[in-house]
Amino acid sequence: MARNMAEIRSYTMNFGPQHPAAHGVLRLVLEMDGEVVQKADPHVGLLHRATEKLAESKPYNQSIGYMDRLDYVSMMCNEHAYVLAIEKLLGVTPPERAQYIRVMFDEITRVLNHLMWLGAHGLDIGAMTIFLYCFREREDLMDCYEAVSGTRMHATYYRPGGVYRDLPDTLPKYQPSRFRSAKEINRLNEARSGSLLDFIDDFTTRFPAAIDEYETLLTDNRIWKQRTVNIGVVTPERALNLGFTGPMLRGSGIAWDLRKKQPYEVYDRMDFDIPVGLNGDCYDRYLCRIEELRQSNRIVKQCVDWLQQNPGPVMVDDHKIVPPRREAMKGDMESLIHHFKLFTEGYSVPAGESYAAVEAPKGEFGIYLVSDGANKPYRLKCRAPGFPHLAALEEMTRGHMLADVVAVIGTLDIVFGEIDR
Amino acid sequence: MRSFIKTFFLWELLQGLRVTLRAFFAPKFTVQYPEEKTPQSPRYRGLHALRRYANGQERCIACKLCEAVCPALAITIESDVGADGTRRTTRYDIDLFKCIYCGFCEEACPVDAIVETRIHEYHMEHRGENIMTKDKLLAVGERYEAMINADKAADARYR
Repeated sequence: MARNMAEIRSYTMNFGPQHPAAHGVLRLVLEMDGEVVQKADPHVGLLHRATEKLAESKPYNQSIGYMDRLDYVSMMCNEHAYVLAIEKLLGVTPPERAQYIRVMFDEITRVLNHLMWLGAHGLDIGAMTIFLYCFREREDLMDCYEAVSGTRMHATYYRPGGVYRDLPDTLPKYQPSRFRSAKEINRLNEARSGSLLDFIDDFTTRFPAAIDEYETLLTDNRIWKQRTVNIGVVTPERALNLGFTGPMLRGSGIAWDLRKKQPYEVYDRMDFDIPVGLNGDCYDRYLCRIEELRQSNRIVKQCVDWLQQNPGPVMVDDHKIVPPRREAMKGDMESLIHHFKLFTEGYSVPAGESYAAVEAPKGEFGIYLVSDGANKPYRLKCRAPGFPHLAALEEMTRGHMLADVVAVIGTLDIVFGEIDR
Repeated sequence: MRSFIKTFFLWELLQGLRVTLRAFFAPKFTVQYPEEKTPQSPRYRGLHALRRYANGQERCIACKLCEAVCPALAITIESDVGADGTRRTTRYDIDLFKCIYCGFCEEACPVDAIVETRIHEYHMEHRGENIMTKDKLLAVGERYEAMINADKAADARYR
């Protein structure tokens, strides 16, 4: 009898690392029974760049640029955790204006990240238009990044003791070209006529309408709902046990947000709400993130209002940590010595350890820093939110169809820069 | 009943189509690169350049601060006493493949010699062209001095 029975074995399949829906370099080994996933085994490490080890060989400030490259869609949030950890050890508090600037750019980063997520997630599940619309708004925020730091992504803008430069008073403008009439150029330049803060202010008034557009395209869309409702359900208990943070945890109905639970910088002065989901499926997490876009917009608006009224320094005035201003450096010997000391050997951080975490767009991004009193970290450890999320991939996809794996990968919002670091 | 009709007539899909149709007739956001370009901040960090003083003298004094501060170890400097008895670089190489464009070299430079310009359209055709030698860096600086000067002046009061 047994001889006549065909042997049925599950089929092992590689998903990625070159798959467009694998969000970078995820290699997923799937065991399939027909089209149903039996087992999903994520393989990590293809983007490993030894950031933690590299940080041990450089003075503190020189690693800021590498923090940008961890989670490369939420750049300034990573920097923020890193500089907070250093500031904790140094016992330095940045000036109020710098704190507001940091909060503002953290929220701009959150919007950037969620827009990227929304576009990519939509594209994965088959909604093309949303991607183009998200990138339309992202472009404006990238311009804000460029205006303050000089780069559109890897900013290197936050420094221990504040931020590198104050916000610019003027913005670059569109130049006339043969493709656009003078009237059109004027329309494009209208928001750019004032300072950067005016530009961001204008963005915050425009942005809610843009979110409404995204929602019209997706929220009630039956195809979108068929692809996300009841896919990758995580119960609140499991979400806690799996170490979820950020929208992944809030999507399961737990109102945990570091900005509220352990406020850093000036988040305790901000008025915003934490959205939570009900069912813990992909659709709820989508709704959470959309609502977070609106809440972030509110926070940005509050920061803009405060920053417009309160000029002031954006760096502490301690030249053992922060280099002096350039005119001072060129003028007097004392400043020049500080300048040379800081740019050659950096500053020494008192021995000890610190952990600083920020609510990055993806969840809790933390930096654990051990110092032995030298000018370099003795050990640096990144707590990347994406890692526990990816670890739960198997649990979330088991029993689902292959196409749902794509939806789950999308909803995890994983970026391999931070997982492999 | 109402929701049934809405479902039956693909109401939410039509709403979505209305959004895309409106975008179809709205002014376009597309920028016709390379003829048309997006605005660029004076703080932009692109290709490096070495500058000269107005009298033609090289600014760089081979203090090696940029070499020391470079997180990616992309800068290599060798120095010697120049013909006029001053300390000058005999070699100043930046490996553009190693460089992470963090701008620390520019921050560190006490004489504003090494700068990152807003040039972002450059390419290499052969192996080894990724190394910006001293001559190449000075050539970039000479060619774009007006732009560099304007950019640095615009940003000077923030630094």
